[in-house]
Amino acid sequence: MIALLIRDLRLAIRAGGGFGLGLAFFLILAVLVPLGVGPQPAVLAAIAPGVLWVGALLACLLSLDRIFALDWEDGSLDLLATAPIPLEAVVTIKALAHWITTGLPLVLAAPVLGVLLNLSADAFGWLVLSLLVGTPALSVIGTFGAALTVGLKRGGLLLSLLVLPLYIPTLVFGAELVSRGAAGLTTQTALLLLAGITAGAVAILPFASAAVIRINLR
Amino acid sequence: MEIRVENLACARGGVPLLDALSLSVQPGQALILRGPNGCGKTTLLRTLAGLQPALAGSISLPPDAIAYAAHADGLKSTLSVRENLAFWAAVYGSGGVDAAVARMNLSALADRAAQNLSAGQKRRLGLARLLVTGRPVWMLDEPTVSLDAASVALFADVVRGHLAAGGMALIATHIDLGLPEAQVLDLGPFRARLPAPGRGGSFDEAFL
Repeated sequence: MIALLIRDLRLAIRAGGGFGLGLAFFLILAVLVPLGVGPQPAVLAAIAPGVLWVGALLACLLSLDRIFALDWEDGSLDLLATAPIPLEAVVTIKALAHWITTGLPLVLAAPVLGVLLNLSADAFGWLVLSLLVGTPALSVIGTFGAALTVGLKRGGLLLSLLVLPLYIPTLVFGAELVSRGAAGLTTQTALLLLAGITAGAVAILPFASAAVIRINLR
Repeated sequence: MEIRVENLACARGGVPLLDALSLSVQPGQALILRGPNGCGKTTLLRTLAGLQPALAGSISLPPDAIAYAAHADGLKSTLSVRENLAFWAAVYGSGGVDAAVARMNLSALADRAAQNLSAGQKRRLGLARLLVTGRPVWMLDEPTVSLDAASVALFADVVRGHLAAGGMALIATHIDLGLPEAQVLDLGPFRARLPAPGRGGSFDEAFL
């Protein structure tokens, strides 16, 4: 299983692997929004939590269709399904590799982008914390979507349509956590609900993803 | 420690292809599957490898014994020959990467990225994967596609070594592998005579 993680990370950083694409997208989005909205600090500060979270969602979405599509095209997915690793572990490792290459860079870069959007200084810690707790759910839910669309030609668009509605709870509570943190309100409820969504997704969805892949491989 | 299949029926895309198929393979034996295109060779191998369920019949296999090799080699183009094999060796918890590289005559290419290999070299790398799995049952789907005559002979030699070590092999192929000791099974007589389930098929079939 470690070997699979190392392989996926190695593939991600080699030519054409797509490492950093999500991060670059996130960066461009955070630069474009102030240009579009205009340079009013109060407006930017008000919309910053929502914009940063929507940006994180879309950045995650960019690389989702690569999770299984490449392995399906070159036949590795068939071979992995017959290998002695349970398919549930394969999808979990794939989600983890996706999070390390997409979610983790977003978490680390978020404070810098918060400055661009005039996010309140009190909220920087909450922003990092909310992304750290919330982005694993994005990767796991996205892996489920990628499993559903594996084998479909041009499945990327369908994948987005399937996955984005499933991201709503994470988005709502993640942005709420940052907003409340910025306003100096109590954040415990939003944080616990966000963590609960992530924990639930991590616990349940790998089984669903593995079942879906088994059906898709038939 | 044998493969025993009784009264197997399997389908591809909801259309039954094979019916009432029985076969058995003992350690040290190879079974070559023949038949025209579309007769169900790949479907049979995928069913035996556990990638799809059988319609009927029983399959008895030793547990954790199968190394399956499909039409596609499952190579990662940006990884080198050695990295590709080392990954599968780690997955199967075995070793012998260097031995497999040497056995399939890939030593000079060991550090070359898989995307820079020729089609035949890729195929040899895909077959070298079988050696690092350490599994006793090889299920091979058209293993000799794009191999030259010398490589086919090399491959036949590798299969012979595997059988001599007590392994088993099921090989779907159209060409003569140079394995005269292998049994040949023509899938033609087992063609399913069931009518294809039309609109009256099961509810799930409409979606799967």
